[in-house]
Amino acid sequence: MNHAIEVEALRVVRGGREVLPGLTVRIPSGMVVGLLGPSGSGKSTLIRAIVGVQVVASGTVTVLGHPAGGAALRDRVGYVTQSPSIYDDLTVRDNVRFFARMVGAPLESAERAIEVVDLQSHASVLAGHLSGGQRSRVSLASALVGEPDLLVLDEPTVGLDPVLRRDLWQLFHRLADAGTSLLVSSHVMDEATRCDRLLLLREGQLMADEPLPALLERTGAADAEQAFLALIDAAEAGVR
Amino acid sequence: MSPRRTLVVAGRVLRQLRIDHRTIALMLLVPVVLLGLLAWIYNSTPVFDRIGPALLGVFPFVVMFIVTSVATLRERTSGTLERLLTTPMGKADLMFGYALAFGVMAILQAVVASAFAIYVCGLDVSGPAWVLVVVAVADAVLGTALGLLASGFARTEFQAVQFMPAFVLPQFLLCGLLVVRDQLPSVLQPISDVLPLSYAVDAMNAVAAQTEPLGEAVPDLAVIALWIAGSLLLGSLTLRRRTP
Repeated sequence: MNHAIEVEALRVVRGGREVLPGLTVRIPSGMVVGLLGPSGSGKSTLIRAIVGVQVVASGTVTVLGHPAGGAALRDRVGYVTQSPSIYDDLTVRDNVRFFARMVGAPLESAERAIEVVDLQSHASVLAGHLSGGQRSRVSLASALVGEPDLLVLDEPTVGLDPVLRRDLWQLFHRLADAGTSLLVSSHVMDEATRCDRLLLLREGQLMADEPLPALLERTGAADAEQAFLALIDAAEAGVR
Repeated sequence: MSPRRTLVVAGRVLRQLRIDHRTIALMLLVPVVLLGLLAWIYNSTPVFDRIGPALLGVFPFVVMFIVTSVATLRERTSGTLERLLTTPMGKADLMFGYALAFGVMAILQAVVASAFAIYVCGLDVSGPAWVLVVVAVADAVLGTALGLLASGFARTEFQAVQFMPAFVLPQFLLCGLLVVRDQLPSVLQPISDVLPLSYAVDAMNAVAAQTEPLGEAVPDLAVIALWIAGSLLLGSLTLRRRTP
């Protein structure tokens, strides 16, 4: 299996607390990999390390064969932060066009990205006048321009209505079918069913790394949430 | 660093400003109102002719310093800076892009403020007015460059605002406006000789007093340009792609 991301003994300390105590994980390419876990489990820290903006205490992160954050990766990796990182005093179109120009993508790709997140009707509206869900879609569109090989999305579906959520997951799978690798984090366990493969993170420890059916079979649970609880119970029983 | 991406950043900053009419109005009007007040309180005394040109250099410097430090801090807190640092944008692209955008605003500001000082307040300037504008623009870009440098050290809005008095007021005290520079205490003189605002005020005074000011103003402008380039480069060095 080809790996889009290889994380080796990654240790990250934030604010004196060890958020990732030594994480090793390989993320396959060309599929939608879900990074699930409760808030505070280290999802965003792992994502920040993968896009190369996190100070790392030790360990290595290799993305598409290059050290994370390297110059060779900057037009190949699309990153969506947890809270929408866009300019509120620019229109939707100007926001997306700006990021398109930054990665050297043609302006038509900005229009396409706006269409994909279903914001054509709001293209000339200031981002600051949009709802939270709409703003996070602008943020997503800004990462889609330039057709990156790897998309790293930190909770992209938070606060979206069910229809839009379904549409976005369909989009993620279309992108994966076309060869894009996606890492999508979420604290909503329901979204596990939408992922080709799951990573379950808790307190910086990897609890599971497998497709959902395999996880359910291993734990005998009915859904991802139950499986997660079963894994925690098992881990705590092991400690005791 | 890429000239194309620098222009992309500058274009975006200007586009943001274009929407914010009130900020543009403040940038253009605040120096005008201050100069008008000054001319008024020193009505029928020679004081305005003495300090007017110097303040024409100081006001844009201060205004641009504040505007820049707030703008870049916003870039940081909105998360757009973190996102930009994962794109091909060079750190110097960001610095020089901001300097370019605010430089364009500075030209507008300098033209308006100089015209107001000369034609409305009757400021007496011996040298050509365009040199006055050039020096004012250089001062404004200097304010932007120092603002970018300072905001690299600020982590919160409170700190960013505090940097204004910390960076600007000492220079204001030592630039020769309150006490002529060669009459400063001997310890303070070399400090005044290093700080960039001193050269801004010297250049302005040269334009005000001499019909052929370029001989004095050009070396002063060169020092200011060095400070601008140095601050922008240092600013891009202190900007970190990785944060804790």
